[in-house]
Formats: sequence, C-alpha cells, structure tokens
Amino acid sequence: MRGPNIVVCVKQVPDSAQIRVHPVTGTIMRQGVPAVLNPYDLFALEEALRIKDRLGGRIVALCMGPPQAEAALRKALSLGVDDAVLVSDRAFAGSDTLATSFALANAIRRLSEEKPIDLVFTGKQTIDGDTGQVGPGVAKRLGMHLLSYVCRIPILDMDSGTIVAHRWTERGVQVLTSRLPCLITVLEGTSQGRFASLPEMIRAARQPIRVWDRKAAGIEDLTKIGLKGSPTVVGKVFAPSRRSERAECIEWEPDHPETAVALLWEKVLARQPEWAAMASADARKDGEEARSE
Amino acid sequence: MSEAEGKPAEKKGAARRKPTFDPRLAEYRGVWVFVERDLSGVHPVSWELLGAARRLADQLGSEVGAVVAGVPEEALDVDSREAIAYGADVVYQVGHPVLAGYRNEPYSKLLCELVKRHKPEILLLGATSLGRDLASSVATTLETGLTADCTELAIDRESRALAATRPTFGGNLLCTILTLNYRPQMATVRPRVLPSPAKVRDRSGQIRKEEIELHEEEIVTKIAQFLPHVGDQVDLALSEVIVAGGKGLQKAANFALLEDLALALGGEVGATRAAVQAGWIDPQRQIGQTGKTVRPKLYIAAGISGAIQHRVGMESSDLIVAINTDPNAPIFEVAHYGIVGDAVALLPLLTRAVRGRILPEKATPSGLCASP
Repeated sequence: MRGPNIVVCVKQVPDSAQIRVHPVTGTIMRQGVPAVLNPYDLFALEEALRIKDRLGGRIVALCMGPPQAEAALRKALSLGVDDAVLVSDRAFAGSDTLATSFALANAIRRLSEEKPIDLVFTGKQTIDGDTGQVGPGVAKRLGMHLLSYVCRIPILDMDSGTIVAHRWTERGVQVLTSRLPCLITVLEGTSQGRFASLPEMIRAARQPIRVWDRKAAGIEDLTKIGLKGSPTVVGKVFAPSRRSERAECIEWEPDHPETAVALLWEKVLARQPEWAAMASADARKDGEEARSE
Repeated sequence: MSEAEGKPAEKKGAARRKPTFDPRLAEYRGVWVFVERDLSGVHPVSWELLGAARRLADQLGSEVGAVVAGVPEEALDVDSREAIAYGADVVYQVGHPVLAGYRNEPYSKLLCELVKRHKPEILLLGATSLGRDLASSVATTLETGLTADCTELAIDRESRALAATRPTFGGNLLCTILTLNYRPQMATVRPRVLPSPAKVRDRSGQIRKEEIELHEEEIVTKIAQFLPHVGDQVDLALSEVIVAGGKGLQKAANFALLEDLALALGGEVGATRAAVQAGWIDPQRQIGQTGKTVRPKLYIAAGISGAIQHRVGMESSDLIVAINTDPNAPIFEVAHYGIVGDAVALLPLLTRAVRGRILPEKATPSGLCASP
C-alpha cells in the first residue's frame, strides 16, 4: 500500500496578540510585531504528520506570501514536513480570499503534476484575516471534497481511497465518509502538537525551499490574482470607537471587601429590574420559610 | 486569509474602481438570507440576519428573500412561515430527501442554482460551522466577494453597494469592505452580533417551491452518523449570564471560583484567549475575535485586562462588570461597573452574596429569544 501524498497549506501571520494601534493616528503599528506561523496551521500540520507516522507517504508545506514567509515554511520543515514551496510574487499583493484560493489551487495543481495529491490540509482559519474562507475555496477550485472543522480522522484507507472524518458542528459531530482526494480544514485543539528536535531544526535550516513566482505556479491569467482578482475592496479602515465614559468604579476599604460586593449587586439589580423583582420575591419566600421553621 | 490589510494601495484601488458599475449587475435585486436549519429547528442567527436584511432591503427599495431548504416535511412550511414573520417577503423553499443533515455538496449546489435563477443583490449567512462552509463554497463557485464575520451591515450611499464592516488585525481596527463589480455581495455574521428582530405573526409573504435537481448517487460524502455533544458543551453565544476569567486568575485551579459564581447565577463560564492558551479551560469557552461573540444580560470579567481581541467578543453585552487589580486596565473602558481588586479574593465573596439571594439563582430565563 502506498502512503498518501499530502499538501499542508500554511500562512505566516503577524502575532495579533502583539499588535497595537497608534493612540493618535489610529493606524496599526507594525514595527516590532513578530511574524509567526498561523497557530491554527499547527493543528493541520500535526494531523498530516500523524497520518505520515502511520501510513508513510510524503508531506509538502505550501505557503503564499512575501519572501520572508520562508520562516513559516522552515518551521513546518522542522516539524517533519518533507518539502516546502513558497508561492511569492508581487502580482499577488492585495489578494482577497477568492484570489488567494485561486493562486493556492494553481500551485497545488502544479504539485499534483509531480505526483497526484491525495489530501490537502489547512487550518480552520488564520488569526489575521479570521475568515476561514480560503480552505473551502481551494477545495471548490480543485473539485476536491471538502471536509471542514474536522476534529478526528478515524479511517483513512489508501487502497480504496476512502476516508472517515469527524466534522465538528455547534450541536454535535457529523461522522462523514468521503473519497480521496479531499481537502480537510482541521479544528484547533485536536491534538497536542509535536516539538521540533534539534537535528530536525538543523535539517530545516539547511533544506532548500522552492520559491515559485506566478508563472512557476502555473498562473497565466492576471485578472484572477492580486487586486484585480479580488471582488472585495477595502473602503475604509478605522479604529473602533470607544465608549465615552469609563466604568464607574466602586470604592471600597481593603478590610471590608463585602461592602464593595454588596454595593456592586445593588447596582447590577438596579439595571436589571426583572432580576430585582425575582430577588425580592425570593427574599420574601425565604423570610416566610425561615419563620415557619 | 487577510482580505483587509488596509494597505494604502488597496485604498487607492477602491477609490479608483468606485465610479465604474457594470450595468448587468442591475439585474441583481433583493436581499437574501440563507436560513440555517437542523433537527432542533432554525438557528437564531438566521432571524437576526432577516432583521438586518429587512433594513437593507427597505433602504434599497427591494425585497427580502429567505432560502429555506431541507427534507420535505411539515417543518419546512413552519420554518418558511417563521421566516416571513421575521421579515422575509419571499421564501424560496427547497424540499428534497438528500437535504437531511448538512452536506457541502448538495447545499452549495442548491444555493448556487437559486442565486443564478433569481439573482439576489445581497446574500447573508450565519458565521457558523455550516454557514462558513457553505458561504465559502458558494462565493468561490460564483466567483464573487464574501466578507466574513461582519459586525455591521449598511448600504454605501455612493455606490449602493453593501458596506460590510468587520474587525481586522485581531479587532484592533475595523474595516468596511465593499464588493463593487460582482454579485451577489455575500457576507457572514456571527450569532448574537445583530439584535433579534421582532416577530410579526400576521406579516404576509409568499412561499415559492423551487425544484433543484439533486441525486443521492452523485453525492460522494455521506453522513454515517451524528453524535450529539455530551457533557461540557455549551453555547456561550446564547447564555444570559457569563462569568469570564483571564490571566489575572493566575492558575487553572482558580477557574473553579468562576464556576461557583456561574453556577450560583445560572450562567456559564467564559475565558480569554490567554487563559485558553495557558490550558486552563476548554477552547469552546473562548470569547473574542478568535473565539465566540456573546451579548449576555450580565458579563462579569474577572482578572481580564481587556485586550481588544477579547473586547470585540463581549462589548455588546447589556451590563459589564470588571474586576481587575490594575485600575488602568482597558477592560474598565468597556465595563459599566468596576472593582479595582484581586478577582481571586473577590470572586468567593460575590458567590456568597449571590447564594445569599441578593441576586436570584433563577436569574436566567431559559430560551433563545432574549430581548435585543
């Protein structure tokens, strides 16, 4: 039985936890914000690596981004990915999710010319765009079956080309059976990720990364990428408005925290008349119970 | 991926492209909502979207359409009539046995076909596991623009386009996104971001039964089983009281203090991304840009500094109470009441006060239809 040929799509993102907005101009202060591998992609990588641990095969990490996004691919290599491709071209600048899925789908088609692809993995979303639209978009463009928000893959049978995946929904888990090739977006928290070993890190630092420009990625049609290929346009960027008044802070003596608590509940109940009515009804009932005891 | 990095080049692009308008796009009229249904009924986000669709359609002088699809049964008609009561003028109803349970293939096929047939100008879906899956596939097939997780929907006066505002950069900035030369203009909105509209029982509307060719043997993916969530599964988005904790609680064990208070209030426990990443609590309970959006009647933020990525998920709560040792913590900018102090010390006192019936335990009416 042959092992699966897997592509994992990854993205380099600014660590949004560390982004600050300039207090006066309201613009993003990018300086010094570290770029990281999108944390959700780690779950996609781990799922792919586990399949490889079990069945063998090969994993290619694929990333679209500026030249420095190579760092995200090095991280993927250090975790055990076999090969890495960076799709990078100025013509991609300003791509929205539709244009991005077009570029990635073309690159994957290119990769499948080397060897047919059985599985494509993505994270459930990125932490910068937060849309979760690119994975499903790539699936549609490649005509692959889409399995989104997958939390478990109990069966992957390469001989018959069948897969069973658990798809998370708000109310429960769908157990889906499907056929390869398919694209899977992986839910977070599905697995404890692995750490790169020192030899793997050294290998990752030395291994060449293939960099494809638009032509190498098989893209002829310039109207499908970058700003031209993006139906959405950014009309306005602005800082969220702050409520004018700050919280009313409750003063309290360090020795008597219970007075602060009592005062707080009084204020909460004053804002929620329904609860206040229930509270007084309860208090009356309690009083009656106490008397009857 | 980032559709809205807000680079100057993109802004210039927007300005440059604004005046051109393809006349063929004028054929597209109407504001549509895809009504999300499952065994337990319609997801409330669909009604919230119908409220927004009503406002947009009134501004545009067009109709509100609702797509109601599923297996042919009585519930399909019931839900269609509900959609009218919540603001739809026309319900496009599709009944077919293959539509039992959501699957990407048949649902994206039917929605794409209905769009091609009736050409709506705007198509809205809930930002749920179903809505995101479906919206992405449909937008890609139709090659049109899709804006995720909008917090505000309006009509841009100049272009008559949908102005979809969403947080970007972890909520640090908002950006308004337009889809100018493509139709339909698509957007998703998370549950509880929009207020629920009033239901008008005697509203009139039309139910149109639509035929879509679907064949089970052509659908590759099958639902073998559905395993309902058991145990610790909550829908925070629908909770009326939320007691949330952040890094200021210092350790996982202190989350028990939150649970005590939540239990006393009949509420649920929430958490910040930092607390989730520290492994103190289940990711399902994360509130914020990368977690859930909530708007409970009472939100208690304990040991939460109030990073923007958290605030965007909870700032529309009716009443926000914050407890934090740092008087300058940004959480006090969104809270209504604050106590400057150590949440770990104060939480047990709060719980005791509630148990002492200063606040009733049955403060949380059950049900989905909280007043907006």
